[in-house]
Amino acid sequence: MKQELINYILHLADNALILGQRNAEWCGHGPVLEQDIAMTNISLDLIGQARNFYQYAASLLGEGATEDTLAYLRTEREFRNCLLVEQHNGDWGQTLLRQFLISNFQQLLYTALQTHKDRQLAAIAEKSLKEVTYHLRWSSEWVIRLGDGTRESHERMLKAIDTLWRYTGELFEPAAYETACVQDGTAVSLATIKDEWQHKTGEVFSEAGLPVPENIFMLTGGKMGKHTEQMGYILAELQYLQRAYPNAQW
Amino acid sequence: MPVKDLEQLFQQKIDAEVKIEPRDWMPDAYRKTLIRQISQHAHSEVVGMLPEGNWITRAPSLKRKAILLAKVQDEAGHGLYLYAATETLGVSREETINDLHSGKAKYSSIFNYPTLTWADIGAIGWLVDGAAIMNQVMLTRTSYGPYARAMVRICKEESFHQRQGFESLLVLSRGTPEQKEMCQDAINRWWWPALMMFGPSDSESTHSEQSMRWKIKRKTNDELRQNFIDMCAEQVKILGMHLPDPALRWNEARNHYDFGAINWEEFWNVVKGNGPCNKQRLAARVQAWEDGEWVREAASAYARKKQSGNKAA
Ligand SMILES: [Fe+2]
Ligand SMILES: [Fe+2]
Repeated sequence: MKQELINYILHLADNALILGQRNAEWCGHGPVLEQDIAMTNISLDLIGQARNFYQYAASLLGEGATEDTLAYLRTEREFRNCLLVEQHNGDWGQTLLRQFLISNFQQLLYTALQTHKDRQLAAIAEKSLKEVTYHLRWSSEWVIRLGDGTRESHERMLKAIDTLWRYTGELFEPAAYETACVQDGTAVSLATIKDEWQHKTGEVFSEAGLPVPENIFMLTGGKMGKHTEQMGYILAELQYLQRAYPNAQW
Repeated sequence: MPVKDLEQLFQQKIDAEVKIEPRDWMPDAYRKTLIRQISQHAHSEVVGMLPEGNWITRAPSLKRKAILLAKVQDEAGHGLYLYAATETLGVSREETINDLHSGKAKYSSIFNYPTLTWADIGAIGWLVDGAAIMNQVMLTRTSYGPYARAMVRICKEESFHQRQGFESLLVLSRGTPEQKEMCQDAINRWWWPALMMFGPSDSESTHSEQSMRWKIKRKTNDELRQNFIDMCAEQVKILGMHLPDPALRWNEARNHYDFGAINWEEFWNVVKGNGPCNKQRLAARVQAWEDGEWVREAASAYARKKQSGNKAA
């Protein structure tokens, strides 16, 4: 059971880290200074969440594991984040849509996780929930603003949906370690939050004048370590110094 | 009142240490000098995000990544305060930014140097933020109220950045041989450009004298530079590193460190656009602005729709 729980925690941590890493690419390049700051804030929150999860996983693993060995010394096949978070930033619209889809998910997930029996996980979820609630509000507003802004922004949002929607199915497809943890009462059953996620997404899309796609073939695998080609590049950048100078302290 | 009397009154206020506020009468040249200086300062904060941003995705630990992100975010905040201070002088942020993009406005030349290794991030914190603080602490007492107040907020964060930068170098200086080498190399590359941040020597500086009379500045470029050198020459000992200046030595009689000649030819070349990264820095800013145009347009179109919707309702 312990290994399943560790895998589940790593999955939560990897989601937060990889999305935080992607968002960080915007730092200094945002469309306007205030939004540059907001995006960096979200990135910081996510990296903070990832650290909490990694530290917990490391304490369960023992044997010298730390937040950094987990983030910097695992390979792409060992990372368990969803495919959605590793996708390219694309334009501001695509980044914001990705954020909305994930924040909507994380908000529901952390809300449910707060009352689960693993006290440590519940505490991290509770702490992260305030942040994620803000991310959700901020990204919802942007999806609406861009969907209902100009013809160009509307077109760009349609394209973003076309690019990203195919990765949303994976959010609700439990990995084996997840199912085991659900049975044990330490993980959130995805089936219980799926309806609410769809409802909220539908609400925001409808206010934005954007269609919710139907019958899209979903791509999955990230949670089991089968990623898109982008993942290797993300890790090459992320892990460069730890790989180039093994065992150095920074 | 004749302009001559207004000017006299203005100078009396300055001499009496009364802050000048946006609605007060001020000489045109004073306003222009401030616009030039504050907007240049704002641009420096924003362009300065680029060399450091270059290492965010490659930071060597999660803690360092968070520290660096927060730092670069602070710099964006500084840019905001300073653009707001420029606006109090009657120039819109958009105009100010356009001047940067057209090349009309300058920013600190230090940001035209590349960040080649991780140690550069520590060196920038220690030396570049350190040099900026020297200047900015003085500016907390500058005669223009909004500028002085912006500086008070900024200075607190800058000294935090400097401490973090130094601490990051300290870890490298006690690390592996490769890390030590990286640390010394970064100091070698950033030292002289950091000294140039204080601007030309007093004898060469065109704006200095009038700015001192108006108490926009309270110390000369050379005084600030000397203070900075005296501080770093001591701090570098804690790192067990050295500053790349064979002429650096304590002068008992002057009660200051003597130092070697600054390469002003390099300085002026970087100012004129011939530095290692001038083209890339400006191009990155222009591209971010152009790529963001549809976003800004959509946001204001949406805001207009909401506003007219509210009126109709
Ligand atoms: Fe700053
Ligand atoms: Fe700073």
